[in-house]
Amino acid sequence: MSATIDVEALAAASRRRRMRERVLTHLALILGVVVFAMPIWITLVGSTHDTDTIGRGDVPLLPGSEAWNNYMHAWAQGGGGRNTFAVPASTMLWNSFIMAMLIAVGKIAISLLSAFAVVFFAFPLRMVFFWMIFITLMLPVEVRIIPTFQVMTSLSLIDTMTGLTLPLIASATATLLFRQFFLTIPDEYVEAAKIDGAGPLRFFKDVVLPLSATNIAALFVILFIYGWNQYLWPLLMVTNRDLETIIVGLTKMIGIGDAQNEWNLIMTTAVFALLPPVAVVVLMQRWFIKGLTETEK
Amino acid sequence: MASLDIQGVTKSFGATRVLHGIDLAIHDGEMVVIVGASGCGKSTLLRIVAGLETSTSGAVLIDKVDVTPLEPADRDIAMVFQTYALYPHMTVFDNMAYGLKIRRVPKPEIRRRVQEAADLLSIGQLLDRKPRQLSGGQRQRVAMGRAIVREPKLFLFDEPLSNLDAKLRVQMRAEIRSLQKRLAVTSLFVTHDQVEAMTLGDRLVVMNEGRAAQIGTPMEVWSRPADTYVASFIGSPAMNMLPATLAEGGAAARLADGTVWRFTDGARPGGEGRAVILGIRPEHLMPDAAGLAVTIDLAEPLGSETVVHGRLRDGTALTARLPGGIPQEPLILAPDLAALHVFDAADGKRLDPA
Repeated sequence: MSATIDVEALAAASRRRRMRERVLTHLALILGVVVFAMPIWITLVGSTHDTDTIGRGDVPLLPGSEAWNNYMHAWAQGGGGRNTFAVPASTMLWNSFIMAMLIAVGKIAISLLSAFAVVFFAFPLRMVFFWMIFITLMLPVEVRIIPTFQVMTSLSLIDTMTGLTLPLIASATATLLFRQFFLTIPDEYVEAAKIDGAGPLRFFKDVVLPLSATNIAALFVILFIYGWNQYLWPLLMVTNRDLETIIVGLTKMIGIGDAQNEWNLIMTTAVFALLPPVAVVVLMQRWFIKGLTETEK
Repeated sequence: MASLDIQGVTKSFGATRVLHGIDLAIHDGEMVVIVGASGCGKSTLLRIVAGLETSTSGAVLIDKVDVTPLEPADRDIAMVFQTYALYPHMTVFDNMAYGLKIRRVPKPEIRRRVQEAADLLSIGQLLDRKPRQLSGGQRQRVAMGRAIVREPKLFLFDEPLSNLDAKLRVQMRAEIRSLQKRLAVTSLFVTHDQVEAMTLGDRLVVMNEGRAAQIGTPMEVWSRPADTYVASFIGSPAMNMLPATLAEGGAAARLADGTVWRFTDGARPGGEGRAVILGIRPEHLMPDAAGLAVTIDLAEPLGSETVVHGRLRDGTALTARLPGGIPQEPLILAPDLAALHVFDAADGKRLDPA
């Protein structure tokens, strides 16, 4: 005995269910987009109005007409904050860019070399050195900020780009990541290179570096953004406003108390501050994802 | 072209001794295969010759020059690895050229040598590819090519065929052999596969627990194994081992069930009652009314012949290779007495007529 199956009704039910699922999925996605994109939209829109519009307490949701003026003004002159004179966004962007680049490139260079030493060489106290590097993971910048500042003062590195970047270059995380990756490089490559006559540095340059390319790219993205977003250390280190980074400069533009904030210029500067990290992610995203998800072997 | 001499090489990892003094002389252009079960020290020995591992004592001489203190790169050797160890980010051409590039060979010379080697191995059309775009057999060829372009004094092979499927392995085996003969480069080849060893080597070194159990030509090793280990390792299916005692003053052997077999080649030393082991290869057992009754556990028909796994009346396992299809029970088998091997029961060493 087989019960007759109402194919039509079942198919209709399944169509309805699929439709319901699709609507729900999209609702969730739209909600996510709104939550993430709304602040950025408000910033973008805010950067196109004049000071008074935002000053009145309105939160405009549609672009205004002052975009060109705001961006030109912020780029060339910058917005003034309370008690401070204005620093052009172009200067701050340049400072931030140099700082982020130095930190990212420096961290990668140091970590590559130390991981290479730890993985491919047998020397006394190798694991001790590795653990000493590893332990610094427990000491982020904020914890060691006072002794570091003391050291920088003794070395007269206050208010210099070196002082700004050097203490942030040491990186246990990147060393650890490269070490893990290097451990997956088969011993036979090392042995083949030995027989081919390649010395350690040659092997590093010809085999290890090309194999790590995707990892380096992925780390570069992460570390560039890490460097770009530094706040506390530049705030302490830099008093000369020619070395102001954009994240610090941006917060200094927001006055406390009675002062009238130039919200349109703040928003404009915020948009400037957003662009380089976005550019780095967009340009390197293919490598970035590859570096995090696969190894070329 | 060169000779290779290994003199009293030992190796210990901490307290564990893995090589107990290996002596081996390889002539110019000869191919010697080191064969043994895993963990017998064969790869360690090869790596010591390559310079990738340092020996605890002893010396390695290439062309009568002591290279023991030299780096691998300075020994003028080339090695083919089990996993090929092709650099994944380099093209086939770059992989083959890398060793020459480091040695600062002029570019046109590199191109010529790589092209020559590639033509020899018929991989000329693959030079622009990356290793991951190649099949296993092609990678194997590239690994060979990388060794050939160097024009070294010595080729070292570390189980280079074990990652290939069975059919390709047979084909590459033949290719390696003919290539080696053509180039006449002295070669040391490590494998755990006794068929590979028999077919490839001018001579074999059968290793057992860090010692060279026997060194000889494939036929010598097969027809006159030095001890029970070599006897059971070389030959497939493995040789049958039957416990027996000497009888008739050493001129014959008596099995546990009382059967007496006379030796055709003379009396063994030791006299009446000495405990021995009789080795009989499966192919030397024939149906014969005056033999041992065998109960069949399993018969494997191979077409032209059948491998029979059976048991004697006292339970001793016995394997025979019989011509034709599956035989019927009762099966009575007797050995070709001229092909009987006699070993000492205590230390497993071969006993030859006094």
